Order: sequence, then structure tokens, then C-alpha cells
Amino acid sequence: MTSHAHDSHDAGHGHGDHGHSPFLAHHFDDPEQQFDSGKLGIWLFLVTEVLFFSGMFCAYALYRSLHPEVFTFASQYLNETLGAFNTGVLLFSSLSMAWGVRCAQLRQRTGLVICLAITLGCAAMFLGVKAIEYTHKWDLGLLPAGEYVAQYLQEPHHAGISPWLYYLSAVPALCVVGFAAWYVMAVVKGEKRTAEVAGPMLVTALCYFLGVFVGIAFQNAEAAALAAEHGIEAHATDVHGSDSHSSDDHGHEGSADHEHDAASHEGTKLVSRIDAPVVPGEPTLAAVDQKGGAGIFFSIYYCMTGVHAVHILGGMAVLAWLLVRATKDHFNEEYFGPVDYVGLYWHLVDLIWIYLFPLLYLIK
Amino acid sequence: MSEHKAHAGQHHGFAHPASVKSLLAVFFSLIFLTWLTVFQSTLDLGNAELIVSLFIATIKASLVILFFMHMLHDKPLNAIVFLSSFIFVALFLGFTLMDAHGYKDSYEFQNVDSAPVVAQTTE
Repeated sequence: MTSHAHDSHDAGHGHGDHGHSPFLAHHFDDPEQQFDSGKLGIWLFLVTEVLFFSGMFCAYALYRSLHPEVFTFASQYLNETLGAFNTGVLLFSSLSMAWGVRCAQLRQRTGLVICLAITLGCAAMFLGVKAIEYTHKWDLGLLPAGEYVAQYLQEPHHAGISPWLYYLSAVPALCVVGFAAWYVMAVVKGEKRTAEVAGPMLVTALCYFLGVFVGIAFQNAEAAALAAEHGIEAHATDVHGSDSHSSDDHGHEGSADHEHDAASHEGTKLVSRIDAPVVPGEPTLAAVDQKGGAGIFFSIYYCMTGVHAVHILGGMAVLAWLLVRATKDHFNEEYFGPVDYVGLYWHLVDLIWIYLFPLLYLIK
Repeated sequence: MSEHKAHAGQHHGFAHPASVKSLLAVFFSLIFLTWLTVFQSTLDLGNAELIVSLFIATIKASLVILFFMHMLHDKPLNAIVFLSSFIFVALFLGFTLMDAHGYKDSYEFQNVDSAPVVAQTTE
């Protein structure tokens, strides 16, 4: 197909039988053909991923177009700050991944190891913040349809760390212990290359807990701000206070008796006028909250973010594989396909989050 | 295919390393657009909100696809393959939404969720 790459691959790196790059499969003419084939393959895989996620986006679009009031109501329970923070974390991981591809192409072995470690760490941090978001919702009864507990007039839930968080964090905690032991052993035995894998993996496991602490800190700060706000101006944050001028005239008499409830319950900050429709002519908040509307929103929320999180986990697995190969110095300007392909997958996962964040968190 | 050779200029074969400057520029643009989309959500844009936030998300997605995913310097075939998926997504969503809105008024919320923890007494 092309001949211009022959001049470079014949120079070879000495590992192969005939001066070939050691990872050039025999059915390819040259490294470039191998790279192009793999690249087309990964793009096709990404197409299937897009179509796969589009099923969930379809459920979202369908339900939102039929019941916009449910989304306005339920979206308030998602923590915008944590969502935005996680967006930043994923964007940064995309940057380090793209930089890693550059490092692989330029034979910068240490740079590639560092970039992959940063990408892995960001992925773990994303999951840590996600764990805080999920467990907080489970505590509040913000669960999929069928399990969802109506939020209005619910008794204040316990403050502090959710018991669910301990269960979720068990695996990362085991990873910390395991990778720490592995790292120490590698250092003691003087196995430099093993330490270069174990070190980043240890940092990755620790980054999960960094994410957890960041999540807790943001959540506490927000709860404190909310409590302070409710002390001064109780109506400022209710559902209609900021975005609907039509209801201002009848707004203030109903919410006075709920002020105390709202102030004592950070989760129901916006649920003050349950009997008023969010969108004129649509079902009331009470109907949305108690009759299955919000539960379906959370079904969609858990499905979309959960499948996305599974993709993050899968990405972490292949990134770890790349990390091992990077320490073995497998990648160079002729053979960087695996790094590039994983990068493309990683950017797609980032892309999906780019759409999920405004669609789920930023509904007013 | 050889038109790609002209682009890199250095001896990296078929590899076209992205410049650090472009990677950082894309990253900071993405962060700015994230801030922008959070900021626009605080404004009262009414029904335009969805369109504006999706517009910003699409700009972000384009930046990621063009630069981080190197589509700008990729083979046209790869771009056609990938972008064609969005045609099918549009067909999928479009037809489903059209169909569902055909019988929009025929269904209601079901009582699928559990009752409130405290009975509603004050209303």
C-alpha cells in the first residue's frame, strides 16, 4: 500500500528477526500499515460505544421531553460543584493521556510513565468523588424507580460519613495495602522496573481516597454555606426563587412553615413549595416527588453515570497494562499504537462525561 | 497518505506528535468552557438553557475530537467512520422522540415509588 515507511523501519531496533520492529505482526507490510489498521479498528469500536451510549441518551431525551418538570425537580439533588470538579479532573486526565501519546511517539519513556500515572490517578480521583456522590444519594433515598424515597418532609438523615462509603472504599483500601506492599518489596529487592509500576499503582489507589476527601470537603462546605444562607434568607434557594417570576406573587406564604425543615435538611434545600407545579400546567412537585417521576430520573442517572464509571474502570485496567509496557520501553515512533488507541478510548469516555455533566447536573 | 508526511517535518515516521503548546491550549479552553457552562446554568435562560448548554458541550467535544483525538491530522476515512455514528444517533433519537410524542397524552405517572417517610400533613 505505501512504500515510504520502509526506509525508516528497516533501520529497526535490533529486537526483531529481520530488523523489524519487535511488535510488527507478520501479516502487515510495515509499522505504518499496522498502525493504520489498528486505528481504524479502534475508531470502529468507538462507533459502537457511541451507539451503545446513545440508547441511554435516548431514554434521557425521551423522558426529559415528556416530563421536563421531573428533571428540574430531581436535578437539584445532584451536587453541581462535585460534578464540575469531576469534569475538570477528567479533562486533566485527557490532557495527560494526549501528552502520553506524544511521549510515546518521541520515545520519552519516563514522560510516558508519568503521564500514564497521572491519567490513572485522575481516574481514581474521579471514582472517589463519584463514591461520595452516590453514597450521599443512597443515604437520602435518592434511588432508582421502585426504591426512590420521596424527599418532601422526609426526616433529616444522619449527618456524617455514609456507611455505604466504607463498603465502596473496601476495594480501593485493599489496593492501597496491596500496592504498598508490592512497592516496598520491589524497592527492597532493588527491582527498579517493578517499582516503576507499583509506585504509580499505589498513587492511583491513594488518589481514590484523595477524591473521597475532596468530595467530603466540598459537601461539608456546601452544607455549611446552605445552613448560613437559610439562617439569613430562607426563600433564596427554593425552587421558584431564582428562576420563575410567575410564582413570586403567591410564593411566600406557603414556605414559612417549612423553613425549619429545609434548614435542618441539606438535601431538601429547594423543596419548599411542593404543591406548586414546576412548569405551569404540569404535575405538581408532590406528584413528581412521590409518584414515580423522580425515581425514573434517578434510574436514568444511575444507569448513565454507572455505565460511564464502568468505562472508567475498564480504562484504568488498560492504562495499567500500558504502564507495564511503558516501563518495558516497548513504545517508540514506529510502535505507539496501543497508547494512541487507549488514548482514543479514554477521550471518548471524557466526551461522554462532557455531555452528561450539563445534561444531568445543570438543569434549572 | 503521503500528505501526512509533510505535516510533521521531523523524523518521526508516521507519528505526528502534538505540540505541548496546542495540548495545553486545548486543555485550558476546555476548562474555560466548563466554567462557562456552569456559569450559564446560573442565568435564567428558560428553554434556551438546554440548547446553550448542549452547544457549549458540542464545542468542548469538538475540541477533544479534533486535537486530543488527533482527528485533524487523521485519515479522512477514520473521521467519516466515526462521525457517521452521529447520523445514526440522530436517526435513533429523532424517530423515537417523534413516535413517543405521538401518544404523549395517553400515559401518566405510575405509583412506583415508596411513600414519603413522614406522611404529608401540613399541606
